[in-house]
Amino acid sequence: MPIEMLASLTLLGAIVGLDMVSFPQAMLSRPIVGSTLAGAVCGNTMAGLVVGVLLECFALETMPFGASRYPEWGPASVAAGVLAALPGADGARVLHVAPFAVLAGLVTAMLAGETLVWLRRFNAASAARHHDAIAAGDSAAILNLQWTGLAVDFVRGGVVTLVFVVALVPVRDVLELHASVAGASPIAVLAVVAIGVAGAAFWKVVHTTVGYAWWLLAGLLGGCTLLVLT
Amino acid sequence: MGTWLRVYARLFAIQGGFNYEVMIGNGIAFAAEPALRLLPGGRGGEPYRAAMARHSRYFNAHPYLAALAVGALVRAELDGEDAVRIERFRAACCGPLGAAGDRLVWAGWLPFCSALALLTFGAGFGAAGVLAVFVGTYNLGHVTLRAWGLRAGYREGLHVAAALANPLLRKGPLHLARGTALVAGLALPLVLRRLGSGRLWEGWSLGIDLVLATLLAAALSRWQGRIDGWRVGVGLLVLFVLYSVVR
Repeated sequence: MPIEMLASLTLLGAIVGLDMVSFPQAMLSRPIVGSTLAGAVCGNTMAGLVVGVLLECFALETMPFGASRYPEWGPASVAAGVLAALPGADGARVLHVAPFAVLAGLVTAMLAGETLVWLRRFNAASAARHHDAIAAGDSAAILNLQWTGLAVDFVRGGVVTLVFVVALVPVRDVLELHASVAGASPIAVLAVVAIGVAGAAFWKVVHTTVGYAWWLLAGLLGGCTLLVLT
Repeated sequence: MGTWLRVYARLFAIQGGFNYEVMIGNGIAFAAEPALRLLPGGRGGEPYRAAMARHSRYFNAHPYLAALAVGALVRAELDGEDAVRIERFRAACCGPLGAAGDRLVWAGWLPFCSALALLTFGAGFGAAGVLAVFVGTYNLGHVTLRAWGLRAGYREGLHVAAALANPLLRKGPLHLARGTALVAGLALPLVLRRLGSGRLWEGWSLGIDLVLATLLAAALSRWQGRIDGWRVGVGLLVLFVLYSVVR
């Protein structure tokens, strides 16, 4: 991989990693955005979009409620997008490697979620070090704590992305050489699993709403009608 | 005007110093700081330092609706409200702002926008269209909500509970949930078709896939609370990748 491309992906990972919690939470860290942009950097936007859509189906299950621990989708989706889009993959190859790219994205998201916990501990340690100044209302200490947290989170996102991209691309190449399933399209299997998970995730969100079933049913009927008509 | 723009801009970084000790407490002081300079004595004056100290303590709320708290707290400080009253208000508004924000944004607006993006993809749009719909729609709501929160909080001051009775916060989640159900129902079959379209479908019929996906969704919904669907998905994908390698 050219060094310029790796640098661009690291920067993208840093931006989406920062977006996840610290700034500006514009949902650039969602898989549908991160993977697509990674695909664009690698020259295969559609591969990134396909993997992004699949990962988004899984990500719907993990909304960042309160201070709960959740997977870190930003750098993970960039890594997954790279695995699907590199190097110059054509349509058939993308669909062949998509299951591994999505699986790698999911595992990366789980592992990278731990780095968010480390960041919060780092912020707590910084606050403890400057406790007296903060308690006295020293604005420099308060603002520095915030700027430092933002800077460390930016670096965290970049480093996580770099590490996983560098580690996973060779694994993908090895797996691609040895993997095949006669009679089954990998993307079809993946799509069924992803849509099943997304369906359950949407149900989880709406099932306490009065009359939700009718709205869901109306949508499904409409979707199936469109399938037949178009 | 410049002061409020600075406060508004800083609201987007309110979680920059997030930690498990004071949660977004430091972020509240960080966001309010430009407006607190208007206190008597200006930056470095005793009222300013006292307010900064007060607002850097523990605070937890939904990051978007924290704007409401920042606006209200700034108004209270500039009005010279009693410190004890301000402290009591800070403690009281954490829960309601957290719950209302979670329901409106994480369980409402975000799933709705994701469903809309999936529908856009299923309808055949390219990457630019899908991203424009998702990022554009989501942030229209996001940016507006933060701006409304800051404005309403400053207008109402410590009486901001009235703003929480806004129809947007009371009825919004209900309408969003219905909209999400409708759009998700429309989107999922179309996404399934697009992902497996043309020569790449290889013997699988769309009908069978729809039935399998529905059965998986029904099973995961039934086991909700006991297992996470995405973890089940990881398990299934691991099995599939292993099978495809070792066979």
